[in-house]
Amino acid sequence: MTNLDYVRSHFPILNQEVNEHPLVYLDSAATSQKPKSVIETLEDYYNRYNSNVHRGVHTLGSHATDGYEGAREKVKNFINASSIKETIFMRGTTTALNTVAYSYARTNLSEGDEIVLTLMEHHSNIIPWQQAAKATGATLKYLPLQEDGTISLDDVREMVTEKTKIVAMAHVSNVLGTINPIKEVAQIAHDNDAVIVVDGAQSVPHMSVDVQDLDVDFYAFSAHKMCGPTGVGVLYGKQSLLEEMEPVEFGGEMIDFVELYDSTWKELPWKFEGGTPIIAGAIGLGAAIDYLNEIGMEQIEKHEHELVQYALEQMNTIDGITIYGPIERAGLVTFNLHDVHPHDLATALDSLGVAVRAGHHCAQPLMKHLQVAATARASFYMYNNKQDVDVFVDGLKKAKEYFGDVF
Amino acid sequence: MSFNNLDTLYRQVIMDHYKNPRNRGQLEGDHITVELNNPTCGDRIDLQLKVEDGVVKDAKFEGEGCSISMSSASMMTQVIIDKPIEDALKMSEMFSDMMLGKEMEGYEFDIESLGDIQALQGVSKFPARIKCATLAWKAMEQGVEKDDKQG
Repeated sequence: MTNLDYVRSHFPILNQEVNEHPLVYLDSAATSQKPKSVIETLEDYYNRYNSNVHRGVHTLGSHATDGYEGAREKVKNFINASSIKETIFMRGTTTALNTVAYSYARTNLSEGDEIVLTLMEHHSNIIPWQQAAKATGATLKYLPLQEDGTISLDDVREMVTEKTKIVAMAHVSNVLGTINPIKEVAQIAHDNDAVIVVDGAQSVPHMSVDVQDLDVDFYAFSAHKMCGPTGVGVLYGKQSLLEEMEPVEFGGEMIDFVELYDSTWKELPWKFEGGTPIIAGAIGLGAAIDYLNEIGMEQIEKHEHELVQYALEQMNTIDGITIYGPIERAGLVTFNLHDVHPHDLATALDSLGVAVRAGHHCAQPLMKHLQVAATARASFYMYNNKQDVDVFVDGLKKAKEYFGDVF
Repeated sequence: MSFNNLDTLYRQVIMDHYKNPRNRGQLEGDHITVELNNPTCGDRIDLQLKVEDGVVKDAKFEGEGCSISMSSASMMTQVIIDKPIEDALKMSEMFSDMMLGKEMEGYEFDIESLGDIQALQGVSKFPARIKCATLAWKAMEQGVEKDDKQG
């Protein structure tokens, strides 16, 4: 197994006991932990150069502007966007997807048009499209899931037609771990003159993403799942599309000239960044990207792949366990353990210091498809190791025994 | 590794109500129905109350959820049947205080009147699970309010 054990010491939070047991953090798909370098970068910003950007003549102001715009450059390089005009800082994936659904979808859709989604989407990649469909008279269509929790390209070819204007899907499912064939789907979408919008919340933190190679039109992700702070994320969009789109938020920062009855907007990307921007957050995201680059995305991907395969192997030795999703998957495992309700299971694991997620994972339509009300999920990042998996699997066995006795 | 501290949460009586829920099912005839869910975790309860002359004549529930939410619903129906609405509401307040870990003193009813529900006292030590325990009681409060408006 790739030895990334040295990275654990970069994450101060991991060095603690929870309920008298060493913390085993297996909830990185909800939010990742932050390395010291990111925490120190935020501290440094507030201690030394906190200031508003783009307007001050003073020294701190230009230092803050350099930090903020420097972070944008890092984002651009990290996902290989062709220009900084294509990388807009937003509150997170949800805001980014809503922006596309508001600004792009509402002007480009009309009755009879279709939006194609998949059954595995997170609520944040369903509801904005429901709302856009209601507002425009467009229709939503859902790509079915195959037995193993993947989509089939044949289904995509069949469902995406000249009626389709938007195809929206997750790059990686937050429940199944499925890695969707985005490049191929983008090709099919484009063949039908549709745009593709990708929820990259679970992919960008864990694998190399090249938006030009994938040829996606919009791509959204959040900093807090990739070692960065909460409250900041990115909307990538192709420049030609963003140029045509109206801003969603109006006010300070995003304007060029303001007159009494009309105003004009700044150029990209700033026309979409109304109000004082997320300065500290963006700078923190920049530090997170530096950190990820230092470890290497390929290393991270390889490590998580080995870890999740090991976890699947170990978990499958437990009688009565149901694991959802394909074998080839990103670093997370969603499962149920016989009759033990996932909340009860999560409480039992928590008492052993193991943090997992339990619930519907913001994917109620998928839960319905899987015919379960709730599931438990263990998700990994570069700081998890084999020992974490062992403690977790041992905890599952103990929980099964415990609830088997009391139930 | 051991689960010693879990025993304060998963008491035998709770597990018994989870495995053999009392008053689970559908009420016949006229009744009030409240469907409530806990959107963060997916727990769902469908509570039905038959209220006559300000008294809860019958109560049944259906739903899905963890042992804490389902056992709490089962225990609650047991204790509110044949109680005047105002007493049921006072008990709900007691229960809510119990979940907050408050001293259970100075109430009109003594704690024994809560019956099996006392076993849920341990939930207050598990803050993430309090919402599970209070779901059925919230549904009951809403149901009673509904009755008030209709009546």
